[in-house]
Amino acid sequence: MTSEATVLNSTHSDPLKADQLKAARQARYSPGQSAHKFSLYLYPLVALALLLLVNVLLDPQFFSLQWQDGRLYGPLIDILNRSAPVALLAIGMSLVIATGGIDLSVGAVMAICGAVCANLLLLGDWSFPAVIGLAVLTGLACGLVNGFMVSYLGIQPIVATLVLMVAGRGVAQLLNQGQIVTFQNPDFAALGSGSFLGLPVPVWLVLLALLIMQLLLRRTALGLFIEAVGCNAKASRYLGIDDRGIKLTVYLLAGGCAALAGIIATADIQGSDANNAGLWLELDAILAVVIGGAALTGGRFSLPRAVIGVLIIQTLSTTIVVSGLPSKFNLLIKALVILLVLMLQSELFRNQLKSLLSFGKARGGKV
Amino acid sequence: MKIKSIVAGLGLCLVCHSSFATTVGFAQVGSESGWRTSFSESVKAEAKKRGIELKFSDAQQKQENQIKAVRSFIAQGVDAIIIAPVVETGWTPVLKEAKRARIPVVIVDRNVQVQDESLFVTRIASDFVEEGRKAATWLMSQPQAQKQCNIIELQGTVGATAAIDRAKGFNEVLAKHPQAKIVRSQTAEFTRAKGKEVMESLLKAEQGGKAICALWAHNDEMALGAIQAIKEAGLKPGKDLLVVSVDAVPDYFKAMADGEANATVELSPHLGGPAFDVIEGYLKGKKDTEKLIRTTGDLFLQDTAAAEYEKRRLN
Repeated sequence: MTSEATVLNSTHSDPLKADQLKAARQARYSPGQSAHKFSLYLYPLVALALLLLVNVLLDPQFFSLQWQDGRLYGPLIDILNRSAPVALLAIGMSLVIATGGIDLSVGAVMAICGAVCANLLLLGDWSFPAVIGLAVLTGLACGLVNGFMVSYLGIQPIVATLVLMVAGRGVAQLLNQGQIVTFQNPDFAALGSGSFLGLPVPVWLVLLALLIMQLLLRRTALGLFIEAVGCNAKASRYLGIDDRGIKLTVYLLAGGCAALAGIIATADIQGSDANNAGLWLELDAILAVVIGGAALTGGRFSLPRAVIGVLIIQTLSTTIVVSGLPSKFNLLIKALVILLVLMLQSELFRNQLKSLLSFGKARGGKV
Repeated sequence: MKIKSIVAGLGLCLVCHSSFATTVGFAQVGSESGWRTSFSESVKAEAKKRGIELKFSDAQQKQENQIKAVRSFIAQGVDAIIIAPVVETGWTPVLKEAKRARIPVVIVDRNVQVQDESLFVTRIASDFVEEGRKAATWLMSQPQAQKQCNIIELQGTVGATAAIDRAKGFNEVLAKHPQAKIVRSQTAEFTRAKGKEVMESLLKAEQGGKAICALWAHNDEMALGAIQAIKEAGLKPGKDLLVVSVDAVPDYFKAMADGEANATVELSPHLGGPAFDVIEGYLKGKKDTEKLIRTTGDLFLQDTAAAEYEKRRLN
């Protein structure tokens, strides 16, 4: 940082160095950018567009939007709304995966935070901000446990977070005493099913989280540090990056995101279902991050692309529901489409496909 | 040998201690759902009422715990054993041990797969097909269903016995009414959140649900989620769309009392009564019980919903 500052200062004093500075800027690694930036966004967006096209063919009114009860209403809005919990999880998961870790516990953390909200609301003497605050604190505490185990105790991330994935659901069930705890609280319910400026509140929460995280990661050095730790934790430590602190931070952030997702899920059905809230959503979040082009080995991430990945998964779920095919095919279709999307993303596969096509052409030409 | 004789002696001792009252061991699955809890409570209450000494074991959803519990019941020399099995397979050895000890076994709720049916006295289970039939029969008796009636079906988890059999019973009755048909059918995995999500999409795919006359959900939780989706779509559940499901959980009674749901068939948690009937009969010498006893709950409608909600909420 200091060297850059001196270079910046020198531009005023020494105009001759302007060209050098420009060259240095271009040569400099910029986090989140890459030479293939266009194609990185292209293929997920193509996949999403294709899925939406299939939906329109199945239901001609798929793109119709109406203004109803002071908010936009239509299948597209539903997809955005239903994506919200997984999108929040995927934002947190992106960071964890970028450090080369993984957080399997986010689904269970959702259930715990949901249970905390529902029980506090039932007690009645807690104010609305206090309930939200305590739920987020619970999520952060869960993240702290994960982060501590991974960074300071040196436990493998998959093992460390597996503990909370299994135990967390038990904690949530304990809080709810094995029942589905329901509550009546219009303020809290609005977080799940209310709307603001025509869009559902969960969508705004995701946009807000995305904006804050993106600023935090790309306008400060945090994003770069996370990628550095993910590429090589030991080398980063020798460079003076506090790799343990970074790892702890990403698990904390993932816990906080999971808490928000849990709040939305609980507010949406106005009840906390410890058995099913967030069940297997950690896997959807990991999948979204992978569709977004992140490497599970760490060192590379993009929040907007992870959110596009979430939209692909949710659009696919809607397509399956609208298609009218028997339910038993749901998982099979989902698997096949996801496989196709992932293969489209792989440059190796695209090149092989290209060479196969050109080979066929060449042979066709000869004959 | 020494240990065995001590155990036998201990067992004998326990038998003479409890020879005045009938002792029954009950190996329950666990307490994974509200229904399971009321099932356990119902059995305990029924035992108390009849003066039966009940030894209760919670297996926390693990078969090995259940097998351990049954073995300890045998060692204690109980008069009869009730098992609510976690899974269907793997019961032959421990059932043989019970038979050797001449202790009658009654299976409740889920099934067991054994070659030799004489290993247990009878199995008492809810009749899911009949539940589906009852729901459909009620729906077809409504004035809305006399003309063209399009139904949306929310199925349970794919492959679950309850989902398969409830659909079967419902469709059986529906086949006799050509004016009614299921236009959309999707799984919502027995959960409230999925019920809401799937219903949202289905309503939009059906032009906002204006041509739909009823929702048929395989359990109350899905119906409760779907009711929220129907309301958000600007329709009145219970009026524009009839809502019928199975289970009879307290929250659903509240929805019925508010006029947002119409009917539910109770998945009876009171399996204890029939089980003790069979056991008492067996101990008195009645050995020719049928191998499968079916129980079905009653149909509950809006008229009794408020009173039922008060009653069930307190439990």
